Amino acid sequence: MNIPKKWVGRGVALVTGGSAIATVVLVLVVIGIVVQGGWGHLTRDFLLGSPEQGMTKGGIFPAIFGTFLLVTLMSLAGVPVGTITAIYLNEYVGQQSKAGRAIRFAVNTLAGIPAIVFGLFGLGFFINFVGGGADKVLHGGALHWGQPNILWASLTMALLTLPVVIVSVEEAIKTVPRELREGSLALGATRLETIWKVVLPQSMTGILTGAILAISRGAGEVAPILFTGAAYFLPNLPDGLTDQFMELGYHIYIMSTQSVDVEATKPIQFATTLVLLILTFTLNFSAIFLRWHLRGRALR
Amino acid sequence: MNASTKILTRDLNLHYGDKHALRHVDLDIPKNHVTALIGPSGCGKSTFLRCLNRMNDLIESARITGRVEVDGTDIYAKDVDPVLLRRKVGMIFQKSNPFPKSIFENVAYGPRVHGIKDKNRLEEIVERSLRGAALWDEVKDDLSKSGLALSGGQQQRLCIARAIAVDPEVLLMDEPASALDPIATAKIEELIWQLKESYTIVIVTHSMHQASRVSDTTAFFYMGEMVEMGPTQKIFTSPSQKRTEDYITGRFG
Repeated sequence: MNIPKKWVGRGVALVTGGSAIATVVLVLVVIGIVVQGGWGHLTRDFLLGSPEQGMTKGGIFPAIFGTFLLVTLMSLAGVPVGTITAIYLNEYVGQQSKAGRAIRFAVNTLAGIPAIVFGLFGLGFFINFVGGGADKVLHGGALHWGQPNILWASLTMALLTLPVVIVSVEEAIKTVPRELREGSLALGATRLETIWKVVLPQSMTGILTGAILAISRGAGEVAPILFTGAAYFLPNLPDGLTDQFMELGYHIYIMSTQSVDVEATKPIQFATTLVLLILTFTLNFSAIFLRWHLRGRALR
Repeated sequence: MNASTKILTRDLNLHYGDKHALRHVDLDIPKNHVTALIGPSGCGKSTFLRCLNRMNDLIESARITGRVEVDGTDIYAKDVDPVLLRRKVGMIFQKSNPFPKSIFENVAYGPRVHGIKDKNRLEEIVERSLRGAALWDEVKDDLSKSGLALSGGQQQRLCIARAIAVDPEVLLMDEPASALDPIATAKIEELIWQLKESYTIVIVTHSMHQASRVSDTTAFFYMGEMVEMGPTQKIFTSPSQKRTEDYITGRFG
């Protein structure tokens, strides 16, 4: 066998280039199908209305609202904890210290746990243990906190997205030059004052990026909220932390598997999927933009 | 200890991991004088400087033994708070490091951290400090401009203004002019000369010319040891140690 090198080179280029193109085509096909199937249905009434007639008619406003509420509560819980963890990792423990390595290992492990396991953990820990325990103490065993609700779902989701926040914030904190920290400390500022007045203001973009990436990840996950708070259908919007909620991803799952007439819900499925895609793409692109902005600053 | 000694070190040793970076340094730094620390790269002069305001505390692998006294107080004693020490012993870095804030906020940073909130008082401190750092006339028209928008020499003077805004007694300068052009350097040197009226200054410099121009006393460091210290005039004309002579005549370094 003696194939000319020229041909080997062309063959490799063909295979690698072909694979790359296939990926792009795949993305375009997915987007194309979703847009084609859902665009026509994307009306004002659909976005602002409630599901009607067994979800074969009407809109998805409760699911949009629920999704926003979920990611807001999730961010309120997850972003501060993630930011504080990132600060601790960078400013208080050494890169090579045992504590630092142990925390990093934990964060990486957390990032690798399947979403459904978070769902089960949320059910076991938040609902049964924390919620059930609270009910025993506060309500004499009557069911109040010990059942799925938006709070437990948000906290479960916050756990899932914690590694995303930690990594993003850490990356931002690392771009703050050591000279600035030393400048502050040399003026007699404490470590906390330095973090508060110099490091954090400089890391704002990174914290925001982390929050957006976490929201984008959270908005696209269904498994963690399956057992912890998402509802099949609710006539009213949630108005308290103990209420259940509807959510876009879960809504798609329900319509495509549990609906009385799956065929009839198809246009709504497509349109709901489109809304979810637009939401996550917008979030991802703004995160990419912020990161790019952040990198630009780090190089300056 | 002499009454006019501001800082004194006795048998000061510093290890970075296995590296013995400072060896048995004994040094008396006189009050309201400019003391220059000279020596080849890696001789320990910057490391020594950073011992004087406990900046080396931030480096994990650094281990310090021996005594450092400021006004007769052992600054490495257990009850000494490095934060309070650093108010008294300020520092100017090799690379100017203004905060990405306005000129006003840069100078007001220290006073604010130390609890001064009154706007009028802050304005007064900012003006006095900028005048003290010979920068006032150049920036007084727009104090809200970013500190980063200033030229390199102006940035370094802003850092000096920021340092003197907290009323320190000692200013440690780590090659403050090494990144500046000759004109900006001359301004900084002139400023150092003025500042010694009110402050005790310790300056690390690579330039022997600079040391001879600005300092009263010079200490020569070599391989982590303080080889020789004396009046600048004497060190540069008739050093008593062979190694000092070799260095200042340019035989190595």
